[in-house]
Amino acid sequence: MMAAGATEIPLLRIGALTKRFGGFTALDNVSVDIRPGERFGLIGPNGSGKTTLINCISGAFRTEAGTVLFRGEDITRLPPFMRTRRGIARSFQIPRPFRSMTVAENLMVALDFAAAADDRISAGQRRDSAMSILTQTGLASKANVSATRLSQVELRKMELARAMATHPKLLISDEAMAGLSSSEVDEVLDLLMSLASQDITIIMIEHIMQAVMRFSDRIMCLDAGKIIAIGAPAEVMANQRVQEAYLGT
Amino acid sequence: MKRNSVPFWIGAALFLFAIALMTQIIDNQYPFFAGYVILQFVVLAVAWSILGGYAGYVNFGTSAFFGVGVYTAVLLFKAAGAPLAVQIAAAAIVGAFLGFAVGLLTLRMQGIFFSIATIALTIVIETSVTNWRYLGGAAGIQMQRPPVMAPFHSYVQMLFFVQALLVVVAVAIARYIQGSWIGRGLQALKDDELAAECTGVPTLRLKLLACVISGALMCAAGAPAAMYLQYADPSSAFNLNYSVTVLAMSLIGGTAHWAGPVIGAILLGVTQQLLAVTISSEVNVLVLGIMLVLFVVAAPEGLIGLVRRFRRNRAEGEA
Repeated sequence: MMAAGATEIPLLRIGALTKRFGGFTALDNVSVDIRPGERFGLIGPNGSGKTTLINCISGAFRTEAGTVLFRGEDITRLPPFMRTRRGIARSFQIPRPFRSMTVAENLMVALDFAAAADDRISAGQRRDSAMSILTQTGLASKANVSATRLSQVELRKMELARAMATHPKLLISDEAMAGLSSSEVDEVLDLLMSLASQDITIIMIEHIMQAVMRFSDRIMCLDAGKIIAIGAPAEVMANQRVQEAYLGT
Repeated sequence: MKRNSVPFWIGAALFLFAIALMTQIIDNQYPFFAGYVILQFVVLAVAWSILGGYAGYVNFGTSAFFGVGVYTAVLLFKAAGAPLAVQIAAAAIVGAFLGFAVGLLTLRMQGIFFSIATIALTIVIETSVTNWRYLGGAAGIQMQRPPVMAPFHSYVQMLFFVQALLVVVAVAIARYIQGSWIGRGLQALKDDELAAECTGVPTLRLKLLACVISGALMCAAGAPAAMYLQYADPSSAFNLNYSVTVLAMSLIGGTAHWAGPVIGAILLGVTQQLLAVTISSEVNVLVLGIMLVLFVVAAPEGLIGLVRRFRRNRAEGEA
C-alpha cells in the first residue's frame, strides 16, 4: 500500500513540546518521532508527564510551545475530534465510558463520528463492524449490556474497542492494565499485541514493567517532564538515570 | 433504532385535526385561552430539552428567548404590520441567531457556569428592551389584533391552532434529532465530553447546533404571545417563571425521550390552569416547587425514566 519513501516519514513527530500549568512545567522541550507500526512504551514515575504528553497528542490540552505532526501534517492546533478523525485514538487512565449507553452503542458513537468520515458505509455495516470489534476484544456477549454494568477489565477492553472503532492509525493506551489481576493483564496485553499486528502503531503507557518490556520495540522514560532515556527496552532498563528515577537515589 | 415514522405522522395529523375540529365546534373561548398556554409550554419544554435534555446543558435562558420572540413580533407588527406567519418565521430566525451567539459565548463553559451565563442573558436583554422606547419601554405596548382569518371564528382560536402547529414542528424536530447521529453525539457528550471529543464527536459544533435549534423554537413559541395578550411588557415577556416552569416540565416528564417534555408540559400546564381557576395563580409556583422536589428525589429521570425502569424490571422478570 505505502510507497517505499513514505515509510521514511515518522507517523508522529513531536517537536520541542512544552506544556505548563501555571508555574509548573509538566513537559519541557520534549521531542520524539514514532515510526509507523512501532510498539512504543512510555514509562516514568507518577507525575512525570506521561498522561500530559498524550493529552497534548490527542488534543485535550493546548501546548505552550512546540509542534505535533501526524503523517507529516501539523495538527498542533486541531481540536481532539479532528485528530481522532485523522487516526489518533486513545483510551483513558480512568475509563470514561458513555454511561447511558450499551457497550455496542459506545462503539457506534465512534463508528458514526470518526470512522464514517472517510467512507460512506450503511448503518447495518457499521453494526457488523461494531460486532466484529467486540468479538475481537472478547466483549461480544456484553454488546447489549449497559456500560455501567461492566467489570474493570471489561471497561478497559471496551475503551480499547471504542478506540479501535474509530479506525485509528495510532492508538494510545493510557495504563489500560492498571488495577488488573495478572491474568487480566495478560488478556489486555494479548489484545494490544493483536492490534499491533494489524498495522496499528501503539503507544503504551504502563507501570507494569514486565508488560512494557514484553510489548515494546522501543521505550521512552520521562522524569519531571523531560526525556531521560529512549531506546531498546533492555537499554532503557539498564540506564542509570531510569533506575534512579524509579528507585530514588 | 426503530424507524416507525408512519404512526407518528398519523398521530400528528389526528392531533391537528382534533385541534381544528375543536375550533369549529366549541363556542366557549375559555378552553382556547387555557389550551393556548399549555401548547405554548409544550413547545418551550420540547425546545428546552434539545439542549437541556439531550446535551445536558441546563439553560435558564428560556425567558430570554421567549421574550425576544414576543418582541420580534411586536417590532415587526408595529413597524410593518407584518402578518402572524411572518412574525413567527422572523422570530425563529432571530432565535436561531441568538442561539448561535449565546452558544458561541457560553457553550465553552460547562455545568453550573453555563446555567449562570444564561440567567445573565435574560437580564441583559430584558434591560435593553425596557429601555427601548419604540417598543413601549417599561410601560409595555398595546397591540391591536388584525381581523381574524377564516375558518376561525376568533383570534384566540386561530392562535390556538397556530401553537398546535408549532407543537408538531417542535416535536418532529426533537424526534428527528433523538433518532439521528446528532442525538447520539449529544448523548455521548452529555455522558462525557472529553471522551466524546476523543471518539470523533465535534462537541462544540453539536452543542451550537442544539442551541440554535432550541433557541429558534423558543422564540417561535413566544412570537404569538403578544397577539394572544394584545399587550407586551418586558417584565412579563422576560419573566424568569418561564425558565423555571419549562425546566420543571422537562425534568418531570423526563428528558431521555421527546415524549417526556410533552407529557411534563401537559401535566404541569393542566394542573396550573386548574389551580389558577380554582384557587389562585400564586399557588402554581408552590405546586411547581413541590412537584419538582418530589421528582428530583423520587424519579430523577422523570416519568419517562419511571416507565423505562418499570419495563426493564418486567422484561428481566420474564427472562
